[in-house]
Formats: sequence, structure tokens, C-alpha cells
Amino acid sequence: MLELLSVTAGYDRRAPVLSDVTLTVEPGAAVGLLGPSGCGKSTLARVAALLHEPYAGRVVIDGEPARGWRHRAPRAQRTAFGVVFQQPRLSADPRLSLADLIAEPLRAGRLEHTARVRELADAVGLGGDLLGRRPHEVSDGQLQRACLARALTLRPRWLICDEMTAMLDASTTAALVGVVEEYRRETGAGLLAVGHDRVLLERWCGRTVEWGERGPADDA
Amino acid sequence: MADQNLDWRTRGARRRSTRTWRVRSSAAIVALVVLAVLLVPPLTNLDQQAVDLTAKLQPPSWAHPFGTDDVGRDLLLRCVYGLRVSLLVGVVAAVVATVIGTAVGALSGALGGWADRAVMRVVDTFSSVPHLLLGIFVVAMFRPGVWPVVVSVGLTHWLSTARIVRAEVLSLRSRPYVDAAISGGASRRRVTVRHLLPGVLPQAALAAVLMVPHAIWHESALSFLGLGLPAHQASLGTLVQSARGSLLAGDWWPTLFPGLFIIVPTLAVAGLGGAWRERLDPRRRSELTL
Repeated sequence: MLELLSVTAGYDRRAPVLSDVTLTVEPGAAVGLLGPSGCGKSTLARVAALLHEPYAGRVVIDGEPARGWRHRAPRAQRTAFGVVFQQPRLSADPRLSLADLIAEPLRAGRLEHTARVRELADAVGLGGDLLGRRPHEVSDGQLQRACLARALTLRPRWLICDEMTAMLDASTTAALVGVVEEYRRETGAGLLAVGHDRVLLERWCGRTVEWGERGPADDA
Repeated sequence: MADQNLDWRTRGARRRSTRTWRVRSSAAIVALVVLAVLLVPPLTNLDQQAVDLTAKLQPPSWAHPFGTDDVGRDLLLRCVYGLRVSLLVGVVAAVVATVIGTAVGALSGALGGWADRAVMRVVDTFSSVPHLLLGIFVVAMFRPGVWPVVVSVGLTHWLSTARIVRAEVLSLRSRPYVDAAISGGASRRRVTVRHLLPGVLPQAALAAVLMVPHAIWHESALSFLGLGLPAHQASLGTLVQSARGSLLAGDWWPTLFPGLFIIVPTLAVAGLGGAWRERLDPRRRSELTL
């Protein structure tokens, strides 16, 4: 169970982007969060992934309250989340090859990575010489495949996809959603997918939550 | 200038910016200076300290293209040796300043919060004291020599690099790829070393290049004030200083040529650095000034 309880967060304490927002994702469930641009759904996704410290409220991960944010979060809590962002260009370090990009979370923990990188590259459909290329030498779709692979590297229990497919064409979108669903079938991971594409999220997720006047109208 | 700003992404504009006469002549001068400094002393078997009292204060001629000084030493040779010392001091001091500035700026930007604010207040405090005054204070604590001057210039010139590097780190720190690294379990140190520092290195290297002329000027100023290098390690500043007496007597060449040796190479280095800066980020060309 991933619980976001009365979260107030933003970039200016006097004018928070979200105030008193509550959202829960059941174990193994897929929840889609729908909302217009600028409403704060990405901020909520960052709070959920422990990447943005809220002004108030709590995040509870499988019964265990979050004990910090960003670097102050314990490593095990941070790596429980796999995060995919909207813009692959900005979420990939321009100096790393795609293989290094995918291996980075394993390298950070000083773990063996060769076999896992190969396996993930196959899963997301990155073949041939693509793994040796740098971000500027591949397309947005190929780069987003690598970013998704990186999010799956440490086998997270929760996936946070923040507008993962907003920049991509229909076939890449379908492929990436397929990879996420395959991973969830294998591991039983939960998913919080943020987006503004109603058709996609309603087909992809078991439950969609609409962003209302004061935040997500969660009736679960 | 305005239309260059607009089309800097296109190949043509990029090519233009590295092939102007300014860049070419700067490159030629820098190459010439480096060759002269490296090759003249080992290849020519001339003693720059050779005193010839029968030929003192001679105006430029074929035998002495730059003339001679008040004890008959050849000024061309003295200038080349002086440039050697000045360049050495300038380059080492610039490297020292850039290393300190990059370390402080990266630390400040990567830590953020109160640590960042505290460090930047220290930087502001140092910036509010004139460089030269602080430099004189440092030099005055040691015996005259090359190292006190290097330390003095290095310790007073890391501030602008620290500011540039900190600003760059702050902007890189908010990129999603840093978020992704944190989520992938990377420690603070790993994020800094693997993602932030490599991102600021081009800016830091550019700051170092632009620092070289500045450091040479400071060394010359300190030597001119008599606080820099001892007489046997004559730098360009020392040459200008010792020429003061003869200038008042109407002998212009002992001042002019060392002066040109300070100005022309430093302008050439600055010209090359400027072209590099334009390539790196043309929108920000006004931030890094000499």
C-alpha cells in the first residue's frame, strides 16, 4: 500500500501547489491520475517518489512511514520506487551511454550489472548498437525506453510514471505501457501513472482519479 | 551581433565564430609566445643577465631589436625570459584559483541550504575587499619569490569561479536526471562526482583560461609595486618597474616593449577564451568578463 496522507507541497511555502491531498495506491494496483497541465500532479508524483519534500503530510510505503526526502531518505526506501519522467532528454545525463544509463543504479550500489543491463535492454526493445550510443545520438522514443529500463533496474516495488508517454508516438507508447504491464505481472509492483491522456490512462490503469478543484477526487 | 545571437545553432554561425581574424591572430600570437618561451632559452646560448656597460640604454637597432637597459642587457632576451616567468606564474595561479573556486562552488551548490548561504556570504565578504589589497597582504607575509605570488593571486581570484560553478551546479541539480539518480540510490557524493562535476568542467576550464591574463596582470602589478618577484627572477612587471627611471629621462624602449609583452599575449589568450565561451554558451557571453 502506498499512502499519501494530507500532503501539502509546492515551491513557495505561502502558495503551495497542492494542499491537503490524499491518495492511496493498493498493493499491485495501477492508479491513473488525470489532471490538466499545471495542477500539481507532477509535484504529487515527486512527493510520492520521495524526491520532493512536502511542507505537511505523510507518505507511508507498505506500512512504513517515509523517513526523509531525496538524499535523506534511506536508500532502501528511495530505491523502492522506479521513476520515469516526461522528458527523456532532461532525465538522461548527456555524458552517459544508454548502457551506462541503465547500469547506473547498480553501479551506485556497487552491484554486478552486465547481465541485468542485457536483460533490461531486451525487455524494452533496445537492440543492436543502441546501447553504446549517447543520448544525443538516439531518438526520444529510444531514450525513453532506456529511462524506463533504468527505472526497472533495481526491481522497484512501485513505479511512478510522470507523463511517461506524453512526448511519444502511439506505437512507442503501446510498447512502453506493455513493458510496464509485463513487469507488473512478473513482480506484482504497484503503479501510479500521471497524465492528461484520459483514453490511455483509463485503458491502462485499473482505477483513474480525476484532479478536481482542490486535488484528486479519490473515492477509493 | 544581434543576428549572430539568433542563429548560433546553425553550423555556419559556429564556423564563423571560430574563423574570424580575431581568433586566428589570437591563436597565432599564443602559438608564437609558447614557442618563444619554450624554445628560446634552450636553443640560444645567450645570457639574459649579461651586463655590457659599454652598450647601456641603446635604442632599438639590428643588434638589439628592443634596445638595451640601463646596464646594457638585451631587452628582447629579457622580455622573453620575463614572459616565461610571468606565464608560469599566471598559469599556475589560474589553475590554483580555478581548483579552489570549483571545489568551493561545487560544494556550495551541491549541499545547498544554510551551508550554501554561509559559503556565499564568505565569498561576498572576500569580493568586497579589493583583489590587489588582499594580494599585497598575502605577499607581504612571505619572502619575495614565485610561490608567494602564485598563492596570493590564487587565493584572491577563486571567487568568480566559485560563483559561476555554484550557479551551474544549482541549475544542473534541479535536472530530472539528478532526481533519477537519487531514486536509483546514488549517494550525495556520487551525484556530485558523477553528474554535477563533469557538467561544470567546461565552464570551469573556460574560467581558468580567462583567468590566465588576469593572473599575469596581477603578477605584473605586484612586481611593479616591488612586492612580487626578486630581481634574479625578472618578470615583465619587474622590467617595467626598473625602466621607470630611464622613462623619465626620455628613453621609451625599456618601458614600451615589456609593456607590449604584457598586453599583447594576454589579449590573445582573452581572445581565444572569448571565442571558446561563445561556442560554449553564446547567450551568456556577458557573465564572464576579465
